[in-house]
Amino acid sequence: MSARLRWRKFVSGFMLTMTGVCAVVAVSVLFFILGYLVFHGGTSISWNFFTRLPTPVGEAGGGMANAIVGSAKLLMLASLFGVPIGFFGAIYLAEFSGSTTAFIVRYAADLLNGVPSIVIGIFAYSLVVLPFKHFSTLAGGFALGLMMIPITLRSTEEFLRAVPNALREAAMALGASKWKTIATVIVPAAYRGILTAILLAFARVAGETAPLLFTAFGNRFWSPGWNQPTASLPVMIFTYAIAPYEDWHRQAWAAGLVLLGLILAINIVARAVLSRGIAVPRS
Amino acid sequence: MKRIAGILLVALALAGILWADTALSINGAGATFPYPMYSKWFDEYHKKNPNIQINYQSIGSGGGIKQVTEGTVDFGATDGPMNDEQLKAFQEKHGSGILHFPTVLGAVVPTYNIPGVEASLNFTPEALAGIFLGKITKWNDPAITDANKRIKLPANEIVVVHRAESSGTTYVWTDYLSKVSDEWKTKVGKGAAVNWPVGLGAKGNEAVTGTVKNTPNSVGYVELIYAEANKIPYGSVKNAAGVFVKASLAAVSAAAAGAAKEMPDDFRVSITNAPGKDAYSVASFTWLLIPEKFSDAAKRDALKGFIKWMLADGQNYAENLSYAKLPKEVVAKELKAIEKIQ
Amino acid sequence: MASTTTTVPSAGPVAGARSFLSRLREGDQIARIITFLFAASVVLVTLLLVFELWQGSVLPRHKFGFNFFRTSVWDPIFDQFGALPFIFGTTVTAGVSLLIAVPLGIGAAIFLAELAPARLSDTLEFFIDLLAAVPSVIYGLLGIFIVVPLMREYIQPGLKNTLGFLPLFQGPAYGVGFLTAGVVLAIMVIPYIISVSREVLLSVPRDQREAALSLGATRWESTWKVVVPFARGGIFGSIFLALARALGETMAVTMVIGNTPTISASLFSPGYSIAAVIANEFTEATGDLYLQSLIELGLVLFLLTFILNGLARLLILLTSQRGSEMSHV
Repeated sequence: MSARLRWRKFVSGFMLTMTGVCAVVAVSVLFFILGYLVFHGGTSISWNFFTRLPTPVGEAGGGMANAIVGSAKLLMLASLFGVPIGFFGAIYLAEFSGSTTAFIVRYAADLLNGVPSIVIGIFAYSLVVLPFKHFSTLAGGFALGLMMIPITLRSTEEFLRAVPNALREAAMALGASKWKTIATVIVPAAYRGILTAILLAFARVAGETAPLLFTAFGNRFWSPGWNQPTASLPVMIFTYAIAPYEDWHRQAWAAGLVLLGLILAINIVARAVLSRGIAVPRS
Repeated sequence: MKRIAGILLVALALAGILWADTALSINGAGATFPYPMYSKWFDEYHKKNPNIQINYQSIGSGGGIKQVTEGTVDFGATDGPMNDEQLKAFQEKHGSGILHFPTVLGAVVPTYNIPGVEASLNFTPEALAGIFLGKITKWNDPAITDANKRIKLPANEIVVVHRAESSGTTYVWTDYLSKVSDEWKTKVGKGAAVNWPVGLGAKGNEAVTGTVKNTPNSVGYVELIYAEANKIPYGSVKNAAGVFVKASLAAVSAAAAGAAKEMPDDFRVSITNAPGKDAYSVASFTWLLIPEKFSDAAKRDALKGFIKWMLADGQNYAENLSYAKLPKEVVAKELKAIEKIQ
Repeated sequence: MASTTTTVPSAGPVAGARSFLSRLREGDQIARIITFLFAASVVLVTLLLVFELWQGSVLPRHKFGFNFFRTSVWDPIFDQFGALPFIFGTTVTAGVSLLIAVPLGIGAAIFLAELAPARLSDTLEFFIDLLAAVPSVIYGLLGIFIVVPLMREYIQPGLKNTLGFLPLFQGPAYGVGFLTAGVVLAIMVIPYIISVSREVLLSVPRDQREAALSLGATRWESTWKVVVPFARGGIFGSIFLALARALGETMAVTMVIGNTPTISASLFSPGYSIAAVIANEFTEATGDLYLQSLIELGLVLFLLTFILNGLARLLILLTSQRGSEMSHV
């Protein structure tokens, strides 16, 4: 074996090990965070947490039931608003558009993505809250939905593009129209990636506080319907974390853990229920 | 499987829309400082009046003023009274005025972390102003040591910690400094957010507490409740009568008592640097902002009822949470002012 | 024979119209229009946002003009507002976070896509996606409780001792500051890089790798010189996502950056970012000039994002090879 080949093999082994190190670092950070949350918030998680309303400081047995339901409602609205725009917009970019339009749309999406969450909140406030003169779940859902759009759009487009042209050509050769090709061949082929994109966007907005402060506002009680202010887990975390009471701090950590757990659960359920065999085998 | 999921989704959506609540829901927003107190009050009031839900969110004093002016909430709350400009804006927008109702009293204390110093320090107004202006840079500066002759202070650099975000606490602290230091008044001024000459910005009373705790040789200012709850050392402040007073509920009430006799009709008063030998210098009322006119009679009556309850039974909950009660004279005056709400 | 109309374009306007109609009948044109509307709405919303920011910042724009970009004073009491320290802080923290997150993220993505067995890769990916779900407030709190003390006690003094001759690592170690904010941001944006890059790497056709290997490349060479360039588009896309997140992150940054409008060569110095100051002062901002100055800062961030995105795209265009998957930016 020549010296050069030995060197190249060494470099190969070394670099590949380094990538392993990177992965380990990234994952261990996550487990560290999870552990910390469990350690600090685990004791506060009880049946009460999931079923009771918040109580003032000093009173035990309070929970975040309304915040859990509120977050669920907000996220549902956000997905209903943000996912279709991101998904169909991505289809346009990947399949139909010319390069100039695509450039503009992508640029706009990146700009939207970079807007601080508080500014999105202010924007939603002036569009949805001020005209109706009250805070509402709708406004919160709108703000969060806006934030979901760029991630969904950009990522979905990447995955649609990654589908090999051979598939498109084969479908065309069989006489399928463009939209049929997209619906029955390309999207299923990119399915896993698209789901990843949507779940990533979902996870992102699930933890956002700032946009909700001026839109969904917050509520110590249950919030009926879609037109009232509503509690949400991130806002509760924020409120409790900056208070002077140890009990509220523990509840804040617990809420963080619960939020994470809920996202995890949704991830699992979504992948299980919605996944199907993929057309393109993993290389 | 998917059909079930779909049906579930639709059912959920319908439930969200159709689930109506018969309780009267009132929304308020404002100061974070009295949030523990208000959350206790509104909860107790709800227990006594199950069909009235008062939902208060602490988004900051300025937020409270803004939202009540915009009309997105029914009432507001603030640590610093509305100024004339803001009152005018409200008047212009609604065609009627807005009333201030003091609820409880609080205090802001100077907290510090000096390695080796366990005792409670005495701060003169000049020392405090000098430190926060950045002119007094070492702990063993004569301005500080003169008042603390029995404590050995090191020659370390002072690290100032202040609030990052706008807050009523900052308003009270800078209001005090503006009164006791002309230089502060002209150079920095008083407000919920100022251009701090020196120091690190920490977000929230909690973060100031934490930063001071973890940064040697640091000094900051926090609400009394935080200092007590976290058991951190805080100093005494020399008041207008020349006495070094450590913040306590009694000292805060003493500060309010002096102001109570000359309380203006609209209750907008600053009680920092109050006269009286027992008074603590950096104390403040906190107010509820109630519009004068309500279009919704049910809400109006509910709020009037709440204020009456707050001035009577409500005050009894204050001391447990480290807030000081209102002086009797102020309570009497407020009870009369309630009638102004139409 | 089935009534399949041809979609082969023919010459001439009449033929063009007929082609349009036939496309319409087949639903393609409808699909095109509908998806176009969705895509256009993204642009419209962004434009509306810029418009609102522009409208909402009338006063300071007239009062300060371009001095807004050059002044460093931020004084709400005396109505002096300058954006420079915030622009500096935003850029520096985003830069530091990408410097950390991009190599780590791409490295991890390569490992997950190329080396790890499928099960392990999927499981780890699952957990890394969870990192994106941690609320930013929690990141801030973890930053305060873990990262800041770590910085103050070990990392900053360590850097000072070893690399202290560089102006980057000088000054007192408070724990909070640009470096800490950059580190916390890096943790927050890494899931986007790993997640998207991994998926794109996975979708690179197997024959690319096999071709490289069959020519005698080592595993690493095949990955780094063939597969990764093939997936460059997606990887850069993920970096854009990460950059955007880093520029706009509010809560976590304000808890660890020190919140002091300063411009300093040292990474240990406390600083401020645009998103942080807006979040901190917006609720209490009284007075129109103050409020609108904050909104103008939002506009400035927009401009900053615009410029940074543009520079990045330029860089990609200039360095992309022919035939690689960089037909789009």
